[in-house]
Amino acid sequence: MAKAAKKTDTALAARLARQDHFRMLRLGTPFQPRIDALMQTSDWYDWAGYRAPHSVFDEELEYFAIRSQAALFDISPMVKYRIEGKDAEAFLNRVTLRDVRKLNTGRVHYTAWCDDEGHVLDDGTLFRLAAQTFRLCSQERHLPWLLDSAIGYDVKIAEETEEIAGLALQGPTSFAVLHEAGFAGVEKLKVFDLAEFAHDGGKVTISRTGFTGDLGYELFAPAKLALSLWDRLWKAGELRGIRAIGYAALNRARLEAGLIVANADFTTADNALRADRVRMPDEIGLGFMIDLEKGHFNGRNAIIKARASGSMQHVLVGLEVEDNIPAEHAIVYHRKTKEVGLVSAAIWSPTAKRNIALASLSRPYGDEVTDNLWVEIYAMRELKYERMMKRAKIVPRPFVKLARRTANPPGDF
Amino acid sequence: MKNWDAIIIGGGHNGLVNACYLQRAGLDVLVLEKNDWVGGAAVSRSLAPGFLYSNCSYVCSLFRPEIMRDLELPRFGLQVIAYEGGAVFTQDGDYLANYRDHHAHRREFSRFSARDAEAYDRYARDVTRQCRFIQPFLMRTAPDPTSLKPRDLGELLYLGKKFSGLGAAEMAQTLRFWTMSISEFLDEYFETDVIKANFSISGIIGTALGPMSPGTAYVLLHHYMGEVDGSVGAWGYARGGMGAVTKALAASFEASGGTIRTGAAVDQVLVRNGKATGVVLEGGEEVSAKLVVSNADVKRTFLKLVEEKELPDTFLRRVKNFKIRGSSGKVNIALDSLPEFPALPKDAPSIRGDLHFTDSVERMDRAYDDWKAGKWSADPFLDMMIPTTLDPTMAPPGKHFMSCFVQYCPPKVEGRDWTDADRDAFAETVVSQIADYSPGFRDRIVHMEVRTPRELEAEVGLTEGNIFQGELTFDQLLFNRPVPGYAQYRSPVDGLYICGSSTHPGGGVMGAPGRNAAVEILRDLKHSSKHMSPAHDVI
Repeated sequence: MAKAAKKTDTALAARLARQDHFRMLRLGTPFQPRIDALMQTSDWYDWAGYRAPHSVFDEELEYFAIRSQAALFDISPMVKYRIEGKDAEAFLNRVTLRDVRKLNTGRVHYTAWCDDEGHVLDDGTLFRLAAQTFRLCSQERHLPWLLDSAIGYDVKIAEETEEIAGLALQGPTSFAVLHEAGFAGVEKLKVFDLAEFAHDGGKVTISRTGFTGDLGYELFAPAKLALSLWDRLWKAGELRGIRAIGYAALNRARLEAGLIVANADFTTADNALRADRVRMPDEIGLGFMIDLEKGHFNGRNAIIKARASGSMQHVLVGLEVEDNIPAEHAIVYHRKTKEVGLVSAAIWSPTAKRNIALASLSRPYGDEVTDNLWVEIYAMRELKYERMMKRAKIVPRPFVKLARRTANPPGDF
Repeated sequence: MKNWDAIIIGGGHNGLVNACYLQRAGLDVLVLEKNDWVGGAAVSRSLAPGFLYSNCSYVCSLFRPEIMRDLELPRFGLQVIAYEGGAVFTQDGDYLANYRDHHAHRREFSRFSARDAEAYDRYARDVTRQCRFIQPFLMRTAPDPTSLKPRDLGELLYLGKKFSGLGAAEMAQTLRFWTMSISEFLDEYFETDVIKANFSISGIIGTALGPMSPGTAYVLLHHYMGEVDGSVGAWGYARGGMGAVTKALAASFEASGGTIRTGAAVDQVLVRNGKATGVVLEGGEEVSAKLVVSNADVKRTFLKLVEEKELPDTFLRRVKNFKIRGSSGKVNIALDSLPEFPALPKDAPSIRGDLHFTDSVERMDRAYDDWKAGKWSADPFLDMMIPTTLDPTMAPPGKHFMSCFVQYCPPKVEGRDWTDADRDAFAETVVSQIADYSPGFRDRIVHMEVRTPRELEAEVGLTEGNIFQGELTFDQLLFNRPVPGYAQYRSPVDGLYICGSSTHPGGGVMGAPGRNAAVEILRDLKHSSKHMSPAHDVI
């Protein structure tokens, strides 16, 4: 009884200690002091409740830091779950689309997961830190879904977003920076490899992953090691052109890489208020992940049924648009008249020197009918819409493929 | 003697909405109100010098923006200001707050449960989906499913189309939503007592049901389908108290040429050859009209104002059995300073929102048990707010008006009528609950207005003091509200219409029943209703 009372007191004390969140609606990340010191544009945005830089000094130059030097991007706000236990592999195989048995320790894969109707709840990356220990990173929050799916599995699931700081170090000199920083053995990491390295009396997990289509790494460390990790990279990067960047620059790079963003390029099932906004993996270009041979997983039956009946209505495509005006959120037409889809993201690609876009089209457009597609661009110029109908061609993704991303050993620049 | 085009019995918000629309259609309309003021249950009165109370209803969300615009209510002084979340105090000295900021809200929930913190999005999605389904029906006359008239068939088709548009899973969810208890519904999303209690509140307000009673999930939906300027589900304070709604309506009505007579209680509806021809006032004065619209609830209208012989037996029996149970009371308090709640941080915004002391669904259901035994709850559920934290017009600077909605409170005390002593004891139960969480509370009280179902029925005219003019249970909704066959604002008496919350879509300061009734009346008169905006699209 006394023990139970003490436990209650501890829980109460823990609750009472966390009341001040209403005073600071946007949290700082563990790297905030460093980013604040570098911040020149005061251009913040809300990333999952964190005060994150949209740009730091110049959106355009930040993009070139990704493609020419090394760019540091704070990914701490990304939602992170730690999944461990005897059945962790079997559990994740049940939840996600890909075959987790094929994901070896020390490897990462890009995956997605669905609700029972086969509608995508999110996409994300799964890190196998040890045989029975995984980290799942995602855009949205899924703890109830993960816990409900874990019934019958010997597995422990913990949300660790605040405890774990994350950094993306991306760009041609990113390897050289890590090497200079003394992470011995980092040259052995191939794309989607991960390893642990000593840092400041603790450990940092470095993976050769990223969201830029470039040579790059992601580093995860306990929040208390964040500042010393930043400083270590910053110092090592001094002669390699390291710059801190915001989301705007990253977004350009990810579009060139043809990568999609949840709730920007598709609506996740938990956020879809309108019944027709949900998407199956095949409809957003993630069908390749689905492994129907691995046994049951959430959404499997619905996906099999939809594939058999041909009932899926959408397809996500890469577009190359004529001319140079970005077609962001433009309506896509067939023969300039029939509305067949919407552009979710578009930029002029500095690296490809092409006008690129991601678009969601209604079938048969985008799979069987691929010719005669047009986008209607409204370009606001000095308080007037310049309206254009431009030809759009379906092209394979990524729009930009860089040999240095996968080169082994990784290059110096 | 003057023969009015229409007489409206009762100057509540729905009566006034109805009157405004009829007057603006060119009819010569008279509103008869028994009290010396209009407003019904949307009223602000000054009972202590310098203080204005929202005597009955106290918050605004459901009032349809289409009506505010059509009737130019902002021009006549109506302004609704969104308020800032709120909190449930817990018995261990903590609280659970609701914040408007999505992420602060999540982090607040995570103080109690990491899982529940992340369950909110799916919960909000499901509730919003249901609200989006229901919203278009608020401003449409419910179809008569037994009718073969093209309009009824069309409306049924519309209902069917909207329903099937939901998708199979959502259709199942809709049926569950309309019949489940709020407690069971919340169990599907949340695990923490105080978080479930926090959401249960909207499922029981004004309802003689407990959170574990089937049907309460819909009551929650009813409280979520309003908006403040497009922010769906948000609640606000009407500046100047809820009386600002009816003051603006009355001003709009009079500006368009309408006539209001206060202190004019209707004793009887005159019926000749099955047709309403006017009313008799208490005191015997007869006022004639081509049609009569009653804003009173369905029981009061047909059991008190119309002679039984004029009504069909089945209709009468159904009206007698209409569920309109008193379940709540109201305590309005003038305070000489802002009360302190030591559990809340001093700068917490919750003080400017709705505050509650019931931190578990079980406590809420126990409070309901007392009601079933014919007693007011010993540990009542309070929906308490201090509008003067945002509204400078209701109390002198530094002083405050506190509104306490109290549940449960029976229409009769253990089968006998309420006495003044009962009323005082009831008030003491409420004050002592507040004082438990707010030291020195009693010393701040300047004046108190205590309203049990007895006062609500006597003063406002609500049968048993039921705030919705009838329970919002599925058997009394849509084409069954108030009773089957009479859901289209007409009655067995030709020329007698009903326009209060007893009719579709039900209670709350929504105005939709009054508006929809006007559409039907104008249709019968073969009169244009072009001056009435259709419901805003839900896109």
